This record gives sequence, C-alpha cells and structure tokens, in this order.
Amino acid sequence: MTEVPTVLRRAAAVSGATNRGRPLISLAGVGKTYQNGTLALTDVNLSIGQGEFVSLLGPSGCGKSTLLRMIAGLGSTSEGSIDWPQSRYDAKGEPQRDLGFVFQEPTLMPWATVFENVYLPLKLTGVGKRAAVGRVTEVLAMVGLEKFAGSYPRELSGGMKMRASIARALVVKPQVLLMDEPFAALDEITRIRLNNDLLGLWQSQQWTVIFVTHSVYESVYLSNRIVVMSARPGRIVADLAIDAPYPRGEMFRTSSTYNEFCRTTSAELSRAMAGAEEEH
Amino acid sequence: MAGPSSSGNPSPAVRIIVPIVLGIVFVGAWEFFVRYYHVPKFVLPPPSMIAEALINDYQTLSVSLWNTLKVTLAAFFVALAIGVAFAILFTQSRIFEISLFPYAVILQVTPIVSIAPFIIIWVGLDHVERALLILATIVAFFPILSNTTLGLKSVDHNLQNLFDLYRASRWQRLKELQFPSALPYLLGGMKISGGLALIGAVVAEFVAGSGTGTGLAWRIIESANRLNIPRMFAALLLLSVLGILIFFGLSALERLLLRKWHESAVGREN
Ligand SMILES: Nc1ncnc2c1ncn2[C@@H]1O[C@H](COP(=O)(O)OP(=O)(O)O)[C@@H](O)[C@H]1O
Ligand SMILES: [Mg+2]
Repeated sequence: MTEVPTVLRRAAAVSGATNRGRPLISLAGVGKTYQNGTLALTDVNLSIGQGEFVSLLGPSGCGKSTLLRMIAGLGSTSEGSIDWPQSRYDAKGEPQRDLGFVFQEPTLMPWATVFENVYLPLKLTGVGKRAAVGRVTEVLAMVGLEKFAGSYPRELSGGMKMRASIARALVVKPQVLLMDEPFAALDEITRIRLNNDLLGLWQSQQWTVIFVTHSVYESVYLSNRIVVMSARPGRIVADLAIDAPYPRGEMFRTSSTYNEFCRTTSAELSRAMAGAEEEH
Repeated sequence: MAGPSSSGNPSPAVRIIVPIVLGIVFVGAWEFFVRYYHVPKFVLPPPSMIAEALINDYQTLSVSLWNTLKVTLAAFFVALAIGVAFAILFTQSRIFEISLFPYAVILQVTPIVSIAPFIIIWVGLDHVERALLILATIVAFFPILSNTTLGLKSVDHNLQNLFDLYRASRWQRLKELQFPSALPYLLGGMKISGGLALIGAVVAEFVAGSGTGTGLAWRIIESANRLNIPRMFAALLLLSVLGILIFFGLSALERLLLRKWHESAVGREN
C-alpha cells in the first residue's frame, strides 16, 4: 500500500487538544448497534477542539451519519461516551449542546416561507417573532438569501434551499456546526460556490465544523483535519492534518499541495475499504 | 393532433363550458325523447315539468332542503371535530390507537342502514333530528379520522429530528409540524366526508320514515307515494345540487389553504 508521509499523521494525543487545552467534544470508545442488530460503529475515539474544521470521510454506510447524529444527541450510544467538556450539563445529565445541524436534504417545511423556516429554531426556544426579525434577516444575508425571505421552498433552486437550511442552523448562533453531506445532491458549480461561502463564514465566525462527506476532494478543500473511517462497522482508521493556509480558493484547488493531500487521503480511504473487504 | 393545449391542461373556461354544453344537450335530448314518444309523466317527466315543480313547490322544497342541509352540515362539523380529536389522541398515545381504532373500523364497515333502526329507537323517538345527526356523523367521521391519523404520522423524519434538536414540546410539535403535515390529508378526508354526511343524512331520513321527516329524502318518498313524480325529481335535483356545492366548497377551501405550497394545488408553469 502507499506509504503515508508521517507529517500528515496526527498523533492522537495532539489531535483536538491544540487550541484551548480541553477539547470541545470528546468521544471515548463509542459504539453503536441498532435494534435490528446492525453493528454500525465500534470503538470510536475522537477529540474535537474549538475552531477545527473536521471532515468525517468514509464509504457510504460506514456510520458517518450515525456518528454525527449521536454527537448531536439524536440517538443514543450503545457503548462508550460522548462528552462536551466545555459545556454545562443539565439536571438530567444532558450537555447543553450549542450546535446547528444541516441535514443531507434541505429539510425545509414546505408550508412555511424561507423566513418562517429560518425563524423556527428561535420560535421553538421561545423567541417572539418581532424580536427575531433582526437575527433572521442577518443570517439570510449571510447566506445570500435576503431577497427570498417571503418565498416558499418550492420556489427555490436546490442550492438556495441548502442555503436556507444552513441559515436555519446558524440562526441560534451555534458554536458547533454539524453538516451531514450537505452538498452531495448539488451540481458541481453550486457545490464549489457553497464550499467557498462556507469557508468564508467559518473563518469569520470562528465556528467548529464537523462535516460529513464521501468526497475526498471536498474534504481536502474544506478541512484542516480529515478523519477517515472504515467500512462497516465504522472505525477511525486515519486522522490526517491538512496543513494548508486559509483562505483557500482556486489557487489552492489547482495547486500541487492540494493534489498531494488528495492522493494521500485517497490512499487512506482505499486502505480502509480494502481492510473491510478482507473481513467479509 | 391540434395544439399543445389540447393534450395538456385545458383552460378553466373550457373546463366549465364543456360540461355545461354536455348538460344542455342531455337535458334537451331528454325533453325531446319524452315528448316525441309520449312517455307518461309518472314514469319519466320532461325536464320542463321538473322545473315547473321546482318553482311551484318552492316553499315545501326549500323547507326540506334547509332541513337536510342542517343535518348534513351539523354532522359534517361534528365528524370533523371527533375525527380530528381522536386522530390527535391516537398519535399521542399508541394505547388509545390500539384499543379504539378497531371499533372505529367496526362502526365504519357496519352498514348504516342496519344501525339506523337502533339509533332511532334509542334516540329518535323523542328527537328525530338527533338520531339523524348521529347517523350522518357515524357515516362521515371515518375518512377524517383515518386520513388525519395518517397525516399526523407522515411527518418528514429529518424535520422530526430538527424538532428533537431544539427540544420542542409535544404541543409545539403538534402545532408547528404534525398539523401542517396532516393538513393535505385532512382536507382530502373532508372532501370525502362532506359527501358522506349528505348520504348519511339522506339514508337516516329514509329509515326514520314518516316520524317528523321533513327533509328532501322524505320529500322524495312522499312524492313517490302520491305519484307526484316531477316533484320527486325536483327533490332529487336539489339533493344533487347540494352534494355538488359541498364538494366544490371543500375543493375551493383545499385550494385556498394549499395553493402556496402543496403540489396538488400549486399552479405549475411547466
Ligand atoms: N435506524 C437504523 N436502523 C438500523 N440500521 C441503521 C439505521 N440507520 C442506519 N443504519 C445502518 O447503519 C449503517 C450506517 O449507516 P449511516 O450512519 O447512515 O452510514 P453513512 O452515513 O456513513 O452512509 C448502515 O449499514 C445502515 O444501514
Ligand atoms: Mg449518511
């Protein structure tokens, strides 16, 4: 198999703990077995630090969505624990997760306008409409949809729906943004545009982003860290640092560094898949 | 064939004009047939005679119309309230659904004509209208119950996750998510129930018989007994018109409520 340059490998001890000492999210020995007996994940150990842009990369069905949903608190772990060391915990022992979630489909309410869709998270947390107008308008402007506040989802293109979905995730000013293959269904041109917009927002807002994708190119372009997962049952098989400066643009996308990162990441991914095939 | 419009969606004017022209042709042929072959009027009266009966017996017929309309509308709204209430109950608690749904089905599949005599004996001897209302409601409520239950459950899985994420309360979930999702189903159920409420009211009147029967169905029986066939047809005509109005009224409501977002009601430009 291809030799992976050691510089690209992140020592587990360093990963995630780079920025503030304590990680933001810490997964220890996480496993998931679904009720029908499907073993989706085993022994996932991962620390995610403040401000990282982490991609979870792996073949379809390896448990990326499962992992992301468990981080969001949607669905329980079967083994291990997911901690939020920097967050407060409520009486039930639930961490106050400060996050926005973007699903693979735009998941907008078809009966509501773009404004009402984006306002929803605030509404559910008890913010009145009048108090919310400012914030909703602000995030709509951030994603370039200020002119479409009154439109219904069916009147928007696929890319615009995705923007609305992102605006909805951002409206509560989350610290962490979880995205589950958000651009997978979009055409290449729209995807590149949204990738660039997302990077711009990430840099200006200082979020932590966990981004699920099955595209090597997308993960290299966007992230400063790529976690490669093996086919089912999902495990982390590589943890790569993409140490290229931001802002990244067309220059980066066509550079030899980018190609080098893509090749390395691809090699890790095919190793992960080959390993899984042997097990079957 | 002709232009693209003939194979695609016909324009609204065409949709209205074509059925009307067809109706006029049909009525004209009827009139001609009856007069040409001298069909006796107690077998099949010509349309002109039915129109005459409609005008001459306007007083009696309009009272009957009003009585049937009252029962139909009351039954429809009671069915709507009961259907929606139980649908909400069913989706909030599985136990309610498991224990009650079979009985709703039993009520639905038992022919109303066979239940009617019981209800009329128990309730109808003193209050015929109440018996009619109960019977028409039994006929009408099931489509609303089953459609709304289905609708409340047909919520997009990811949207449900979204509501989980923001820890929405049961009430918020119902109001902001389940109810709007169920609305197209509910409106579909209402369109069926509106027609069924009228059928229920008519069947109940037939079974209640002469009690204090003053609705259109009773008017039909009474006219038949007196061999006043034109008036019988006039009453029948009013019943059809009533059914059509209910259907179109509910269709219009459906379009009004769904026109902004639902595929069934939005105007397509391609
Ligand atoms: N609700 C569920 N019940 C049972 N099995 C599931 C469920 N959701 C996902 N799975 C299974 O778990 C595995 C991982 O799924 P998923 O997390 O969606 O993978 P990915 O997002 O990487 O494509 C798959 O084999 C899938 O079939
Ligand atoms: Mg997935």
